[in-house]
Amino acid sequence: MNFDKELDARGLNCPLPILRAKKSLAELTSGQVLRVVSTDPGSVKDFAAFAKQTGNELLASGEQGKEFEFFIKRK
Amino acid sequence: MGATAEIANIEELVNRRLEELLPQKLEEALRQREESKTGSMAIIATRGTLDWAYPPFILGSTAAALGWDVSIFFTFYGLNLLKKDVSDLKVSPLGNPGMPMKMPFGPEWFRGINWNIPNIIQAGVPGFETVATMLMQQTIKNNGVASIQELRELSLEAGVTFSVCQMTVDLFGFSHDDFIPGLDYVGAASFLPMAQKADVTLFM
Repeated sequence: MNFDKELDARGLNCPLPILRAKKSLAELTSGQVLRVVSTDPGSVKDFAAFAKQTGNELLASGEQGKEFEFFIKRK
Repeated sequence: MGATAEIANIEELVNRRLEELLPQKLEEALRQREESKTGSMAIIATRGTLDWAYPPFILGSTAAALGWDVSIFFTFYGLNLLKKDVSDLKVSPLGNPGMPMKMPFGPEWFRGINWNIPNIIQAGVPGFETVATMLMQQTIKNNGVASIQELRELSLEAGVTFSVCQMTVDLFGFSHDDFIPGLDYVGAASFLPMAQKADVTLFM
């Protein structure tokens, strides 16, 4: 999937992946996509909740080994 | 059939239709209002130890990231969390039997051991608090958990309002110079109206 910006949140624990993602999204324009990679298992549900609350769409999420990736479209 | 009967008939039909539609319309309006509403949270932070420093800053910064209006009212020992230097915050194992005692170094099997040290020893041995604090700081680092300093900065950056109990400043002999800049020094009467409007209020 195409994306405009990437955030490496590997090794970071709650709530840092969400806080960093929020900052990265702020640097994008509406419609652009952020890819986040994290290793925090809690971030799977957290990114879904974050997207629902903020209106930034979670386009896709996946798991590769011990890593999780998220594609979030800026509102 | 007179005109009066017909009017009564129409009126009844209208009433019945209204009764059907009103709940739907009302529900839709309420749902829209709920969705467009900005969340808000008011926290009272009363504790001044390393472990208790986390909840207000984690929840505050995260709520701000979700777009909520957040204010944290620091009172009593909570003022410790606003000192310029928070690297000296300590964790006390005394009276805290829920705290696991695990070593943040060495091989995996060694790290897994929960050292069951009786609370009375933790309380009585000089320097135990310092050791426990060092262990916790190392554990925090190992797990990629943010420092208090960082979470505090992120909270402020995200627009979380910090207000400080002026009474506590006087009571404990602090001065405004002891704390980071940009704080509101207020009393209970300033906090309560904020809490009244907040969706979430937490006492920590």
